Amino acid sequence: MKQIGSRTAPVSTADRYKAGVLKYADMGYWDGDYEPKDTDVLALFRITPQENVEPIEAAAAVAGESSTATWTVVWTDRLTACDRYRAKAYKVEPVPGAQGQYFAYIAYDLDLFEPGSIANLSASIIGNVFGFKPLKALRLEDMRFPVAYVKTFQGPPTGTIVERERLDKFGRPLLGATVKPKLGLSGKNYGRVVYEALQGGLDFTKDDENINSQPFMHWRDRFLYCMEAVNRAQAATGEVKGHYLNVTAATMEDMYERAEFAKELGSVIVMIDLVIGYTAIQSMSKWARKNDMLLHLHRAGHGTYTRQKTHGISFRVISKWMRLAGVDHLHAGTVVGKLEGDPNTVQGYYNVLREPRNPVDLQRGIFFEQDWGGLHGVMPVASGGIHAGQMHQLLTYLGEDCVLQFGGGTIGHPMGIAAGATANRVALEAMVLARNEGRDIWNEGPDILANAARHCTPLQAALDTWRDVTFDYASTDTPDFVPTSTAA
Amino acid sequence: MRLTQGTFSFLPDLTDEQIRAQIEYCLQKDWAVSIEYTDDPHPRNTYWEMFGNPMFDLKDAAGILKEINACRATFPNRYIKVNAFDATRGVESLRLSFLVARPKHEPGFTLMREEGPGRQIRYTVRSYATERPEGERY
Repeated sequence: MKQIGSRTAPVSTADRYKAGVLKYADMGYWDGDYEPKDTDVLALFRITPQENVEPIEAAAAVAGESSTATWTVVWTDRLTACDRYRAKAYKVEPVPGAQGQYFAYIAYDLDLFEPGSIANLSASIIGNVFGFKPLKALRLEDMRFPVAYVKTFQGPPTGTIVERERLDKFGRPLLGATVKPKLGLSGKNYGRVVYEALQGGLDFTKDDENINSQPFMHWRDRFLYCMEAVNRAQAATGEVKGHYLNVTAATMEDMYERAEFAKELGSVIVMIDLVIGYTAIQSMSKWARKNDMLLHLHRAGHGTYTRQKTHGISFRVISKWMRLAGVDHLHAGTVVGKLEGDPNTVQGYYNVLREPRNPVDLQRGIFFEQDWGGLHGVMPVASGGIHAGQMHQLLTYLGEDCVLQFGGGTIGHPMGIAAGATANRVALEAMVLARNEGRDIWNEGPDILANAARHCTPLQAALDTWRDVTFDYASTDTPDFVPTSTAA
Repeated sequence: MRLTQGTFSFLPDLTDEQIRAQIEYCLQKDWAVSIEYTDDPHPRNTYWEMFGNPMFDLKDAAGILKEINACRATFPNRYIKVNAFDATRGVESLRLSFLVARPKHEPGFTLMREEGPGRQIRYTVRSYATERPEGERY
């Protein structure tokens, strides 16, 4: 097989631009002495080069293909400040414990990117390069954005702080549930689930990612019944309640129409799916800011490219992009539930979404320091296979600023939906109270729950039903800088 | 009905000992505790009456509990809540907010519906208590 770029380092500029094929490293895409500037966008890739490709050359190729390069020398480079526009691989190191894999650090000049556009950023960073033949596999692990670039994005339309103020709910995670079965209910029956769950004690209920406008329930019908349920629950409890009305649709025009209707009906929140695309997400974010609406993002589809460790994009990068693009809620894993999630890795996503600044934290998979420049925080959502009996674990792993979503764990309760909601709310409040009193909830959690269940029959029933349910499988996406993955 | 605003409303009403433990937690975090009361518990009544300013400089749980009891004595039949304010940059908001007193009888709310075109309904939540003037509601 012919190597990419067989010619060696050129001696003069004239030689450098002679027609033909050069190694990427020799074209200026590798610079081991390069000191990244504060204004550079940085990316960390996990590269798995083909057998006969040098790691440095592979890293340079990634830098080249994600910035200015093509496979051959072009003289038109000389019409540009090409040194500046070339991304530079500046560090390559073997991945601990993973034969044949390398971490490649690459710096991009800020001028390579259009301000405030995730579409433009991602078209460079994950554009052509992921299909590049000299690499067996490629994964985007992390990115660092200079504050100057962060400031070109709107960020979350509401943010965690203002969300709490609008809802008048402080000091505890918010509680939600996804309506089940996710498909097939009529609008009237669907609204029943919403009403029961909200008046039983949840703060939010949620459409699922694939509930849009199907023959069994068209969107307007769903919206009308859900808002009847939300308002009834508000009157029954004296609390602000919400239902994430999923406005995902085939076109932007349809989505705006649905979002406008949700607004007219007085909903505090609308929802979109990741599959609508980065540009549509940014458009809905602008709409949400303009209309005082919380924006919930379901990460539908992400598992296709985030889960495997050698190829794709880490979810921490998606989290960063979505914070820039501007959503108020993002599903980010539960640690203990039914879906993929190593504890440290998931905490890394949570920190990326809600902290004002992230220090380097290799154990949680965070390779770069990131200053969010005053951009609001995103509320992470824990959803999928969680129940009241895990409350001490959830609060310990995930902290306070998140939404805990118990779908089956509410609707599947033996005494009914409202009882399921009450069980979750009592378990949560009892755990927060105990934590604040200084108790060791990690170890005393089961006792605290048992004690709270003495004045709450629904909680006792929930504990009895799901006591032994765990999803104890090894995670595929784990940190590289701890000797073994932490136990779920 | 039982109003479930606040962090701990699904638990039995907190004892003074439990309230004190929560205040200790807030003081450890360097949050400023404040007391508010109302006889208009509408879910969107943001501005309850302040029982004095936030106690930025009072770092003593017993002292704060005394203030709570003074509020309870002055307004024996109102909703009273304790808030904890965190002035850290980027938060500058409440971190905890829980009820420490409620009226003996809580009549709750009615949901008013105004039918509109296209099956749309305009909803209004109204507290039964606020049909009477302030101070005569509970």
